[in-house]
Amino acid sequence: MSVLKSSLDSTYELLARHGVSRRAFLSFCATTAAALGLDASEVPKVVHALETKPRLPVIWLHGLECTCCSESFLRSSHPIAQDIVLNMISLDYDEVLQAAAGHQFEQIRRDLIEKAKRGEAKYVLAVEGNAPTKDGGVYCTSAGETFSSVLLETAAHAEFVIAWGSCATNGCVQAAKPNPTGAVPVHEMVKDKPIVKIPGCPPIAEVMTGVLTYVLTFGKLPELDRKGRPAMFYKQRLHDKCGRRAFFDNGQFVEQWDDDGAKKGWCLYKMGCRGPTTYNACANVKWNGGTSWPIQSGHGCIGCSEDKFWDDGPFYERLSKAVVPGVEATAQKIGTVLTGVAAAGIAAHLAGLAFKRAQQPAVPGSTSKEVQS
Amino acid sequence: MTATRVVVDPVTRIEGHLRVEAMVNDQGVVTEALSSGTMWRGIELILQGRDPRDAWAFTERICGVCTTVHALASCRAVEDAIGVQVPVVADIVRNLMFLTQMVQDHVIHFYHLHALDWVDIVSALKADPVATAQLNQSISPHWAMATPGYYKDVAATLTKFVESGQLGLFANAYWGHPAYKLPPEANLMAVAHYLEALKWQKELVKIHAVFGGKNPHPNYLVGGMPCSIDLQSDNAINIERLNLVKAKILEAKDVVEQMYVPDLLAIASFYPEWTQIGGGLGNFMAYGDVPQNGIGDPSKFRIPRGVILDRNLAEVLPVDPKADNEITEEVGRSWYRYPDGKQKLHPFAGHTEAHYTGPKPPYQHLDENGAYSWLKTPRWKGHAMEVGPLARMLVGYASGRADFREVVDGALGKLKLPATALFSTLGRTAARGLETQLVIGWLMDEFDRLLERLKVGDTSTANSSKWEKSTWPKECKGLGFTEAPRGALGHWVHVKDGAIHNYQCVVPSTWNASPKDAEGKRGAYEAALVGTPMAKPDQPLEILRTIHSFDPCLACASHVYGPDGAELARVRVR
Repeated sequence: MSVLKSSLDSTYELLARHGVSRRAFLSFCATTAAALGLDASEVPKVVHALETKPRLPVIWLHGLECTCCSESFLRSSHPIAQDIVLNMISLDYDEVLQAAAGHQFEQIRRDLIEKAKRGEAKYVLAVEGNAPTKDGGVYCTSAGETFSSVLLETAAHAEFVIAWGSCATNGCVQAAKPNPTGAVPVHEMVKDKPIVKIPGCPPIAEVMTGVLTYVLTFGKLPELDRKGRPAMFYKQRLHDKCGRRAFFDNGQFVEQWDDDGAKKGWCLYKMGCRGPTTYNACANVKWNGGTSWPIQSGHGCIGCSEDKFWDDGPFYERLSKAVVPGVEATAQKIGTVLTGVAAAGIAAHLAGLAFKRAQQPAVPGSTSKEVQS
Repeated sequence: MTATRVVVDPVTRIEGHLRVEAMVNDQGVVTEALSSGTMWRGIELILQGRDPRDAWAFTERICGVCTTVHALASCRAVEDAIGVQVPVVADIVRNLMFLTQMVQDHVIHFYHLHALDWVDIVSALKADPVATAQLNQSISPHWAMATPGYYKDVAATLTKFVESGQLGLFANAYWGHPAYKLPPEANLMAVAHYLEALKWQKELVKIHAVFGGKNPHPNYLVGGMPCSIDLQSDNAINIERLNLVKAKILEAKDVVEQMYVPDLLAIASFYPEWTQIGGGLGNFMAYGDVPQNGIGDPSKFRIPRGVILDRNLAEVLPVDPKADNEITEEVGRSWYRYPDGKQKLHPFAGHTEAHYTGPKPPYQHLDENGAYSWLKTPRWKGHAMEVGPLARMLVGYASGRADFREVVDGALGKLKLPATALFSTLGRTAARGLETQLVIGWLMDEFDRLLERLKVGDTSTANSSKWEKSTWPKECKGLGFTEAPRGALGHWVHVKDGAIHNYQCVVPSTWNASPKDAEGKRGAYEAALVGTPMAKPDQPLEILRTIHSFDPCLACASHVYGPDGAELARVRVR
């Protein structure tokens, strides 16, 4: 994204590209210092400031949400949040952490938008949460304005949009049936900007900071999949990287909470695990600096990075009870189709495994020696 | 100074969307205040018809800052309804999760959401690093980073940041405001610890990842906890996992005892006038938590239960959140309406219909004579109540608990203040730190309790006897409660034919940030703001101090359920 790259140029680089000489630049700095009422000894500071690459300005909006995305962002282990906020981006507008409040706070956003309109600044819009569309948007207001109007106004002048979390990417919990406020994800409101979608409730911290640092380091957006998610984090199903996968393949399942299988770390599929239909980096990156992830800690995945996952319940019921005897679908095949179809595919996958087991001599109480062909 | 109406919207450094309108007289003193929640999502409505065992996951998403507390309250509500006892070990693991949340939440509130009300970042630029190190050593002799070299580095980082001209989160704020009183060195120390706390906060919550798989939003389970314990397994909670938990508790103990509490007391000593401001209602309520003998035995809670009225520390009144004649919610000043002209309802009977009567956005002012919030108005026996750390510390103190008395009297002694100083903005902020001192000790105690159970071979983390819906009564009701970081939290669930028939949450910030009731009685925020002096009404620093002392959490507060409740109650999502 060339537009993004130029937004990271220093003032000096910008001037140089327009044919301004070094000598003229230094003279400009001296004039600027004088105009600011600074002593001649302060001129080098002005030179330094104008030579230094500005940090990428970010406006972080909060709509209907629970702030779990912000909290997750702060949990990042590499890079840590401090490095991002002090050294990489300029988090210019964020309700959760901003020192200023009320009109002093709103002024920051208005000024940045005005500068962008005049071509004097560029910013990225990060959105946490989503907009209620029912009843004129009265279900979420800030500074007396509806969130939907703030979102549209701010997005109109942004370089691109990052949709943090499931609220912004797929609607999440407030959009679950019957969606009382008419909450819609960002892409249903903002149609004319590139949107990078980072689903999850919340997304993994290092995925959030990974996407930001990718953009800052390489000056372009990461490769996105057909749903607009960065492929590097959302290409794989959890099921394919799951530490409990061998138990699935062997037909060893937790049948009841805290049973012997649970203590041995067997597969949670029968307890409702959505790992087979969920695309996310949990099994690779894990959570909280690699400490664990839901399945490792004994609870099935609830599929929080998938569209409409709240209505794909109840969570403790298996994906599908349908059995397709004698058919074996591979994990790869399942991964390429939509969630609903995938559920049936998983049943087929399991049925296929069961079929193979039935062909082998039964060893009561032991399934560990079964070999998957 | 002319009389004016000060609008602070949005109130930043909180969770969620809060608007405050304050009437300030020509003396610069707040004479009336409106507290307005400006967001509503309708999660309780969304819960209707769903599997009660899923409710913890939905309600957990009420708030990602105080993550876990709604999951805990929800599990307890459903367990109370269907009649299942949680194993002792699961109760202890829940206590570990709960106390971890409390410590992490209180520390980040102090440094990242509240400190900039007291700490002037620009003044910190003028600090002498050597003097700053001396100051830090004087209040925290064992803190390893209290050195001139460390403070030189922090000062250099800060200077570089400011000279970049991009002030980011610190732009356009109130630096230099006359209400800032700290010397430059105290400011620099606080800025350094703002950054230290930011680095540390991600560590403690690894305890949530161990037992719940992730944070924010770890996993819970009706009937216990989902993490099995097997000391001989490489796929369950084993000694490596337990060692990780213990290491994180010990790290947190250092942060709380050598950084947070000393900083808090040092900063407080420069603001004695704030022990006279922001006292508010004087009514306090705690449901209690951290069970030692199951959730059904409040007499054995580490955080005691009780009510204090009119600042009377000589008497702690009993409170029963399940009783049908104690807690009510009103909607007279909220954007909802009740059927048949009813004025107040008990949470079990809760019925709500969104009915926005506020000004059409974009708007300048709310109508102080009409409805003005998406928050309801909860009341205990008709009284407006304050909940949260101050309420808990006062109930513990007034109950005569030795552990509470020790930390409260210790802090008051250091600051040379009487107990009445607690009824204030600064008292509320101090109570949060003193509570953290207690909580960090309890966290270690609960960890030891867990080891004691494991030593006798008790590892049971889940009771599945009532897992299947076929074992449930056809119709049942349950209460789940906890003490969230911000105060007393209750979930009331009505289960019918294996599905949620009705679900109601009454949360801490609804108690504290509620609009007025039918009698015109203010909620806790509003009451605390009245009488606040403002040096510069266009720079609402003093309003932020008092509001932040409550640690607002508005996503929680404006959860209440929704439009056309009766009809949509029949919706079943399958």
